[in-house]
Amino acid sequence: MDTLLIHILNSLLYAAVLFLIAGGLSLIYGVMHIVNLAHGNLYAFGAFVAAWAVGLLVGGATPTPVLYLVLLAGPVAAAALGAVLEPTLLRPLYKRPEEYQLLITFGLLLILEDLMRLIWGPYPLSVSALFEGMGSLTIGESIYPTYNLAVIVVGALAAAGLWAFIYRTQFGVVLRATSQNMRMAQAMGVNVNRVYVQAFTLGCFMAGLGGAIVVPQQGAVLGMGVDALILAFVVVVIGGLGSLEGALVGALMVGVVRELGITFFPEVELAVLYLMAAVVLLIRPAGLFGRA
Amino acid sequence: MSPVPSGIRRPLAAAGPIVLVLAILPWVVEPYQTVLLSYGLVFAIAALGFNLLLGYTGLLSFGHSAYFGVGAYAVAFTVKYLKVGSMELLLLAGILASALVAAIFGLVCVRYTRIFFGILTLALSQVLWSLAFKFFWVTGGTDGLRVPTPTLLGVSMGAGQDKMAFLAHRYYYYVLVVFVAATAVMWVIVHSPFGKALEAIRDNETRAEFVGVQVWHYRWVAFLISGVFTGLAGALWVPLNGLTTPDILHWTFSGEIVFFTVLGGFKTFAGPIVGAVVFNYLKTFAVGYTVYWQMFLGVVLVTLVLALPTGIMGMVARLAQKWSQKWKRTLAP
Repeated sequence: MDTLLIHILNSLLYAAVLFLIAGGLSLIYGVMHIVNLAHGNLYAFGAFVAAWAVGLLVGGATPTPVLYLVLLAGPVAAAALGAVLEPTLLRPLYKRPEEYQLLITFGLLLILEDLMRLIWGPYPLSVSALFEGMGSLTIGESIYPTYNLAVIVVGALAAAGLWAFIYRTQFGVVLRATSQNMRMAQAMGVNVNRVYVQAFTLGCFMAGLGGAIVVPQQGAVLGMGVDALILAFVVVVIGGLGSLEGALVGALMVGVVRELGITFFPEVELAVLYLMAAVVLLIRPAGLFGRA
Repeated sequence: MSPVPSGIRRPLAAAGPIVLVLAILPWVVEPYQTVLLSYGLVFAIAALGFNLLLGYTGLLSFGHSAYFGVGAYAVAFTVKYLKVGSMELLLLAGILASALVAAIFGLVCVRYTRIFFGILTLALSQVLWSLAFKFFWVTGGTDGLRVPTPTLLGVSMGAGQDKMAFLAHRYYYYVLVVFVAATAVMWVIVHSPFGKALEAIRDNETRAEFVGVQVWHYRWVAFLISGVFTGLAGALWVPLNGLTTPDILHWTFSGEIVFFTVLGGFKTFAGPIVGAVVFNYLKTFAVGYTVYWQMFLGVVLVTLVLALPTGIMGMVARLAQKWSQKWKRTLAP
């Protein structure tokens, strides 16, 4: 029974992080119809900034609760980077064929990957003090890190917050209107350029948040972005490109399958995930929750 | 009447001198340069195949690493398990394996276009990557599989012969011959009625269907041919590299294939060839010059997309046009 609970918690933990990455990717696609190949790098950027900021302040001392808030430097930095990238690199390309949009984000991926190597060097950054600082819980006969529970809570709060933001605020209405019909929204007086920047920034913020909350547990490693991107792809393909509900369900499915995979079929775990995406695309090209 | 049809006289006239230069090159430059060029020519075959889909059929695949990798691993497996040493048989193995995989993946992928096609090809190629990565007792995992020097046309590398000399001369000519043959075949394909039908599909799918082109079927055949060319390149690449690793199955390598095709210009026949060769030089230069070579390539790619979307060949064509106009103006009083 305890092992089952721990498996469920691990699935949720994984789903929480994946939702933050994939949710942002999906939001960006939903609003501006761009598949951002560099999205994983924004997640990694958030992780590196968070690790760097905490590392500056903690300096070997025992962590205080305030330090956990310093992790927020990650998402803020990722959001700021996004707010710069969208108007400069992506905006000139909206009217061009999709090939070019994919290519420019691929170029961005290459640049950001090395930019992080340039700034923080080739070695991983870790802030495991924050992970250990929370201690652990006993569940039946096993122990479980409290920090993992905190990540699940943050993921759930982010999902709820995003839902409220998009379905319950004025900004959400404008965002959804632009997503459904950009020209019509523009005709109604919506400043589409501004909505695009805001949506892109929000998506990057979520990716950065995902990076920041995994840092205490896993550290910040070069290449983490490229790996995460493909799994985020699997999530949005299963859920439907552009759908937030889809990203949530997709993240939960991938979380569960991955946990099962690690336990029962470790060799083909990744292959099963990619095949799942391919099968969903075949049966429902628009994903489980897609509109198209 | 000349025996050569007039339609191909011009391309032959353009290609002849280039092939001649390529043929005498090993006698002029250092072995290292020849080996480097061999890599470029191998990538050019892959890019030619890739561009049949992007440039001629209008489908952007982000999963062509799959066919390159299948070609390479087919060679490595044939050497390891069947103890085959003949390069001709190894090429055949690479072609058959990549044809099989492209036929199956193509069946699935050509039902979609645009971004869905791209993501589907990417997802399927990642399946192969993760298998090569995880089944290390078969594939060697990240260590890869070593491939010894094969025999070319039944002649093996002499005992005690320097491998670099072998690669720079005999293997270079082998690659060159396969490259010229592959280019000729691709030229015939894109100028055949089949190639024209693909262009019709790219430009207007509905109209092509109205004219009686079976869109789905044509796309599948294009996918198959494209995969086979890329697989052939993968098979040729292995002896050159001496080793095959999961890196060539990873989606970032697919990205590089897209990169060099766009670098050369995907709207022209020769663009992918030029792009592959130039990219290979660029990457080798950047890797040797700085650890931040990815950033360098990324900046090149971003600049290319923003400022030179037609690639090197597009730029050359524009400059040529400009100069010819200038000439006319100076000649005409």
